[in-house]
Amino acid sequence: MQPVITTEKLTKRFGHFIAANELTFEVGKGEIFGFLGANGAGKTTAMRMLCGLLTPTSGKASIAGFDVYTQTEKIKRRIGYMSQKFSLYDDLTVAENIRFYGGIYGMATRQIKDKTTELLQELQLQNEAKTLVRELPLGWKQKLSFSVSIVHGPDIVFLDEPTGGVDPVTRRQFWDLIYHAADKGVTVFVTTHYMDEAEYCNRVSIMVDGVIAALDSPANLKQQFGSDSMEDVFYELARNAKRKAD
Amino acid sequence: MITLDNITKTYNKGTVTAVKDISFSVNPGELFGLIGPDGAGKSTLFRILTTLLLADTGAASVNGFDVVKDYREIRKGVGYMPGKFSLYQDLTIEENLNFFATVFGTTIKENYDLIKDIYQQIEPFKDRRAGKLSGGMKQKLALCCALIHKPAVLFLDEPTTGVDVVSRKEFWEMLKRLKAQGITILVSTPYMDEANLCDRIALIQKGKILSIDTPAGIIKSFPDRLYAVKSAKTHQLLIDVRSFPGTVTCFAFGDSLHATFKDNQEGGLLPYLQSKGHADASMQPIVPGIEDCFIHLLKE
Repeated sequence: MQPVITTEKLTKRFGHFIAANELTFEVGKGEIFGFLGANGAGKTTAMRMLCGLLTPTSGKASIAGFDVYTQTEKIKRRIGYMSQKFSLYDDLTVAENIRFYGGIYGMATRQIKDKTTELLQELQLQNEAKTLVRELPLGWKQKLSFSVSIVHGPDIVFLDEPTGGVDPVTRRQFWDLIYHAADKGVTVFVTTHYMDEAEYCNRVSIMVDGVIAALDSPANLKQQFGSDSMEDVFYELARNAKRKAD
Repeated sequence: MITLDNITKTYNKGTVTAVKDISFSVNPGELFGLIGPDGAGKSTLFRILTTLLLADTGAASVNGFDVVKDYREIRKGVGYMPGKFSLYQDLTIEENLNFFATVFGTTIKENYDLIKDIYQQIEPFKDRRAGKLSGGMKQKLALCCALIHKPAVLFLDEPTTGVDVVSRKEFWEMLKRLKAQGITILVSTPYMDEANLCDRIALIQKGKILSIDTPAGIIKSFPDRLYAVKSAKTHQLLIDVRSFPGTVTCFAFGDSLHATFKDNQEGGLLPYLQSKGHADASMQPIVPGIEDCFIHLLKE
């Protein structure tokens, strides 16, 4: 599998504190990669480096073929990002949000128009194009937010706890969208606190105290730790964590 | 200890119904869970019961006191941990705790026994400002502040949302110990797996209660035979099981699928799957979990 994320001893220090310590891993094209860790393990720091938002202290990383030290603007054009905390503008309509993000990512007007029609149809939101996003139910917002994050056809999409707070059926519908994107070749890099969702990933890494403590397919990890569930694997690895900062 | 009688609350001049005709009661010493997604109305119920919000219609009482008439008495006797972190960010851990103790006319020392287990975990950082604490530590401090006046009833609105598996386990251990000391606890959570740790639960969605019972009772009332189906290619399996004519429902659950079938049609599934290229497919009957029940109730 052709790698779209490659890191080698990627490290970030804040003073004496090593937030992310020598992270080395690869993520392949079209892979769904679960990036798990306890609160304070260093996930957010690592993600920010991979998105070109934070300069590493040492080590190497290439994202969609671009260097995280020197080509951050190019990285930002080739990735999408969605988190539960920040995604869409509540005061814009559904169509306006799509147009706004399309514009930000430098898409042509014509292209944005076509993509808007396509997206609304895919999400069955045709009748809601002129609805303010604030009026949408949370589940719809999340689906729209995800679709908007890949509107420009990025190589990789980073999802930071995308499914918090929705009902179990909506949560699963969201994963259908993730699979659909991955099938089309988008690499999905996802963090979650739902351990059943860790099972839906092709491979999972678990960070503890700034290092990657384990990385493999869910099936192999369960075998390695002699556990029935990813929750037990996670618990075994993270319960002795020393760091509990966020 | 807590009773709600046909409580309805609307917002925006009646256009948005937050909760509709909600009735249930919580017994003294019970650990009662409100389980449901965002927008179900959980926080609205908490705010009505803690006298911060008036219901449109219906009645409610806490510890024998009416939420409207006797709001002062209720405020003295309950602890409330809102979903959003609401302590003073510019005060240290110790200052926050002292503040809440003083407001309730007590001291840290007087009720130290009750919070000791929890407070000891954050005491090494007692001079750190609350705004600088991690999620797990904030959660522990907020729980200490809600407990410092030794309340008879504890209201915890989504205390474990966004918290990792390890901290969630620790938090529920703390709740068990508080329950053992006789405190009545009403707790809400979007995590279905936490439902099993409650004495009784109410499953709630869009302002309505879907079911109230013990976790075992809710599981027992699941009407269909549920099967776990597995193969190496989980996502393709999901598509194929859904396309099997005998399938009624099929949802992904971790590394397997949970499915129900039309009467006596489950026998045809494995041959069907093998014809679709799942040579390793297997299925077995399983006992449903709370999440299975919730999904089932959503359909109705």
